[in-house]
Amino acid sequence: MDHQNHQVTEEDVEMSKPIISVKNLVKNYVMGDVEVHALRGIDLDIQQGDFVAIMGKSGSGKSTFMNILGCLDVPTRGHYLLDNVDVLTLTKDQLANLRNRKIGFVFQSFNLLSRTTALENVELPLMYNKKISSKEMQDLSIKALESVGLSSRSYHFPNQLSGGEQQRVAIARSLVNQPVVILADEPTGNLDTRTSLEVMDIFQRLNEQGITIVIVTHEADIASFTKRNVSFRDGKIIRAIEIDHPRNAREELMQMPVNVDEEEL
Amino acid sequence: MRIKNLLIAAIRSLRKNKMRTFLTMLGIIIGVASVIAMIAIGQGSKKSIQAQISTLGTNVLMIFPQASSTGGVRMEAGSSQKMTLEDVAVIKNRCSSVAYLTPQVRTSGQLVYGNLNWRTSVYGVYPDYFDIRNLKIVSGSVFTMNDDRSAAKVCVIGQTVVNNLFGENADPLGNYIRINKIPFKIVGITETKGQNAFGQDQDDMVIAPFSTVQKRMLAITYIQSMLASAKSEALIPIASQEITEVLKAKHHLGPSEDPDFTIRTQTDIAQMATSTSAIMTILLATIASISLLVGGIGIMNIMLVSVTERTREIGIRMSVGARGHDVLLQFLIEALLISLIGGLLGIVLGGIVSQLIAKLLSWPVSITIQSILMSFLFSSAIGMFFGWYPARKAARLNPIEALRYE
Repeated sequence: MDHQNHQVTEEDVEMSKPIISVKNLVKNYVMGDVEVHALRGIDLDIQQGDFVAIMGKSGSGKSTFMNILGCLDVPTRGHYLLDNVDVLTLTKDQLANLRNRKIGFVFQSFNLLSRTTALENVELPLMYNKKISSKEMQDLSIKALESVGLSSRSYHFPNQLSGGEQQRVAIARSLVNQPVVILADEPTGNLDTRTSLEVMDIFQRLNEQGITIVIVTHEADIASFTKRNVSFRDGKIIRAIEIDHPRNAREELMQMPVNVDEEEL
Repeated sequence: MRIKNLLIAAIRSLRKNKMRTFLTMLGIIIGVASVIAMIAIGQGSKKSIQAQISTLGTNVLMIFPQASSTGGVRMEAGSSQKMTLEDVAVIKNRCSSVAYLTPQVRTSGQLVYGNLNWRTSVYGVYPDYFDIRNLKIVSGSVFTMNDDRSAAKVCVIGQTVVNNLFGENADPLGNYIRINKIPFKIVGITETKGQNAFGQDQDDMVIAPFSTVQKRMLAITYIQSMLASAKSEALIPIASQEITEVLKAKHHLGPSEDPDFTIRTQTDIAQMATSTSAIMTILLATIASISLLVGGIGIMNIMLVSVTERTREIGIRMSVGARGHDVLLQFLIEALLISLIGGLLGIVLGGIVSQLIAKLLSWPVSITIQSILMSFLFSSAIGMFFGWYPARKAARLNPIEALRYE
């Protein structure tokens, strides 16, 4: 079954145009009197169905790049096509709409609304979409929670959930609007080994269904579950490698001794 | 974002901080309640003054002669002796908007019955007087024009006079009392009217036929004043104008000359008396509005704290696609909800407080639709006004910085 799915995605990759196309991207900011060159000319294409890890130390520009990919920030120069839309020509409100329809975010610190149930958290992106009725909103959100295996926790508040569960709610939120790409910024940074594996397992399964995923991580261990690793240093891409045989998170989870309790730390 | 979703989001976040929401609301509740209660007190006293004024009679006009002057020395108003019964006749014949008309003379008399005596005002009038002043007779009847022609020694007395000369609950009908040593037969007793707007006891008087008082008691030929009533409230100014024209012609005064009499209408008196209470209402409402304003500042304060505290939430909302004006609307609606719900509760509380004041202090209160509408609109305007700045601050946050905010 794994093999079949694998083939399908490979075909998709060959057939489709890049979902993200970045050319000569430059970002400078002014911090006090100093001009910081965060990105110094990035070229990158990401195909539909790809699973990319962006790696690098802090200060390498990977977070700036991620913010630009996520339309939270605009580059100083360069070109960025997201799903054939030229992002640089858009207004603030159009960028917000683009984030709402085409992008799903997953953050290191989960960023769920406190004292708000898991289901309501997942509904959040759909609330900003006028075309979606309350009925659809609920149906889609329940489905998204099911796909991360948390439908039984719909009415729990974030403080009643473990870190891994909170991150899974965040993932459900990122995919509820059926985005063209999920952007995950250090999604396992706050999690232990086992829950990190669980999160990577969910990402791999979503990717198998054809969802394009980009994660930012500094852990080579985590990056080895993806299909492609892109390394940043000083605002430039220094290395981009295809992983021929990504590790399989589910298999590794099954091999892990179960007696390691899912302690909620 | 749909309005329904905005409302849901606003209600959810208000529910997260129930205590804070309630305390912020309390400022508006107290503000609106005090505006409602203060206006109710002001309006209530205005109404009671109006009710007292209406005891003067219906659509009353009072006609006084001007001050007389002898060799440049002017005497008090109404001291002129130029007004006569001929004036009464001419008005009666020529003024179509006048319903009832009576001349009036007034003197004071020492009343004696048995071993009791009492001093009070004695009015000499036509029977029309009772219609003009809405005076009802509870026992006996009014004297007639025949009594006037014959200057009959009959009189109608008020309840206070009865109490002082005959004792409470006595029925002195048909008895004779002496007024300045002249015996008068009591033919009627008037209904109790109470105090008028100026605190005068309206039951403390004797009413006798005009010519009886004029000739037998005062021994004068002129009349002191006239009392008339217009056919309807709307006709009061017309009646006033007609009387002015007729009397000026009668007194041989040209149209450009000043009249030698003054006419005061019930409307004038009512306006004078109610303007005082209107000023009081405005004063009370202004003071109460200040507390509403303070409540508004409370909303602004809490909303600013809320925006800072929820910076991260705003960042999250923006990252999933909230536009600036979605965030603005959300915070504005929160402020509006606080002020609207506070306004509604304030109206209820204001009603309760007004009723308590009415019951405990027996002060007349009157809650008007206008005061309810006004304070409701005012409180929502306050929500808008004081919610705007914090909401705009939230809408202008940079999503990246907001997401990083600890």
